Amino acid sequence: MPGLEDLYREIILDHYRNPRNRGELEAPPAMREEGFNPLCGDEVVVYLEVSEGRVSDVKINGQGCSISQSSASMMSSAVKGKTVGEARALIRAFKGMMSIHEQRLDGTPEEDAVPVDDDVKLGDLEALQGVVKFPVRIKCATLSWNTLAGALDRAEAS
Amino acid sequence: MTPVAGVDTPVLDVARLKKDFPILTRRINGHPLVYLDSAASSQRPVAVTDAMTHYYETTHANVHRGVYTIAEEATALYEGARRRVARWIGATSVREVLFTKNVTEGLNLVAQSWGRANLARGDAILLTEMEHHANIVPWLMLKEALGIEIRYVGLTGDGRLDLSQLDRLVDGVKLVGVTAVSNVLGTINPVREIADAAHAAGAVVVVDGTQLTPHAPTAVQDLGADFYGFTGHKMLGPTGIGVMWGREALLAEMPPFLGGGDMISDVRLDGFVPNELPWKFEAGTPPIAEAIGLAAAIDYLEDLGMDSVRAHERRITAYALDVLSRRYGADLTIHGPLDPASRSGTLSFAYRGIHPHDLSQVLDQRAVCVRAGHHCAKPLMRCLGVGATARASWYVYNDEADIDALADALADASDLFF
Repeated sequence: MPGLEDLYREIILDHYRNPRNRGELEAPPAMREEGFNPLCGDEVVVYLEVSEGRVSDVKINGQGCSISQSSASMMSSAVKGKTVGEARALIRAFKGMMSIHEQRLDGTPEEDAVPVDDDVKLGDLEALQGVVKFPVRIKCATLSWNTLAGALDRAEAS
Repeated sequence: MTPVAGVDTPVLDVARLKKDFPILTRRINGHPLVYLDSAASSQRPVAVTDAMTHYYETTHANVHRGVYTIAEEATALYEGARRRVARWIGATSVREVLFTKNVTEGLNLVAQSWGRANLARGDAILLTEMEHHANIVPWLMLKEALGIEIRYVGLTGDGRLDLSQLDRLVDGVKLVGVTAVSNVLGTINPVREIADAAHAAGAVVVVDGTQLTPHAPTAVQDLGADFYGFTGHKMLGPTGIGVMWGREALLAEMPPFLGGGDMISDVRLDGFVPNELPWKFEAGTPPIAEAIGLAAAIDYLEDLGMDSVRAHERRITAYALDVLSRRYGADLTIHGPLDPASRSGTLSFAYRGIHPHDLSQVLDQRAVCVRAGHHCAKPLMRCLGVGATARASWYVYNDEADIDALADALADASDLFF
């Protein structure tokens, strides 16, 4: 659709129509973390299993728009099998790609708030870059990533 | 809401009326603006912005203070707006008309002033599951602070209040809060019936009139309300002004809500004496230009005739229900009653499982503005079993062509996602 190609890329629609790693894990032992977008009511539930420092399994539940659901699906594929450190680097890289730079009081852009490792490859996730042109949808794209970060924090703390 | 007007109710000339709203000449993505989000906020005619600009350019001074000419004129305009509001809603006195920032502030005023003075641990109040957060959260705050009990009237399958248990629910409560019209479903509630039951039980009745007053004649006495709130920006007026009407006998006994300038008659270092009504509840410099704009909006609506406004919206509602269900059949689910007489010009729907956010985004490509989300009614969303809805809402400046534009644009969403 003219004007929306950047937002609704084919790979995004594919993950929306056929979400990967959809379902639940028994928690505990898995971590169960909920995320909400208070503006629109989107919900995502991340089930995370970490063993020997690796994301051994991840499942996604919840409901929401094509952007939040496809982002969660792509995230689950990307982090499965990664070490916790690699998963965190991916979260930083993704959020770096999604950040619209906050403005200083004089209108100039702020420096990058989150340092991003140059060697992290986002791969298919780069399809979500078009969301940045639609600022109200950025929260949809980052919802599952913030939820994953919370789950990793709790997994490491336990 | 009154029954649909008779044959002699003038029909709105929407083509002519649209010319009063400059924003409707805007084009977005090459398409003329199709504004279907008036339940969130209406647009405003030049008569309103002109009245406010004229005030700022010729008369502005602070009210209730200066003795010089423009200060007297500003005060007269501000208090004149209050009289205009009082006549419009059938108040018995200007002392009953409080200007607030919006309905949210008005409901917080009732909760914090009347509620704290009249409710204590163990007391019960009754709300409905259809309320906007503005008529739930202030009471939940009181629940946390005072330990009151909150009961709720549930919903029927077709999105009306389930009043079958009303007598049991209302028994022993001190206050009943109800929205006159659902901001999500458009359902018109039988406020009088609920108010009569509440009064029989000895309760005070708070009515959220946000979605009623812009769309139909408002008569606070006939509704049986003790408090009634509405807001300017949903009825062609400016943002930043709302009205909370309350029965004088209740307001007179209530303590002030916000403290500061204008709401006192005397201040000493160790105490204060509150001002008379209505100023007791209006701390600080009030929204003067906004009150003048609200009065201009009332003039504009009264020229159209509120019976005509209601008849027009009912006609568009019937058209929308008909066109959308004929074109999309089982692919489109309409939340709430299917009878146009039971609903206002607000329609929440689901279409082929496409998330409301995505629908709204696709519709915007054709400059069709609809709201997507939970509409500040999360308990109602849970009741409907959805996370969000798409909501189209129409007003005096919308016509059948706007509904056709919505229906056409829905096909684009289908093409994209399937």
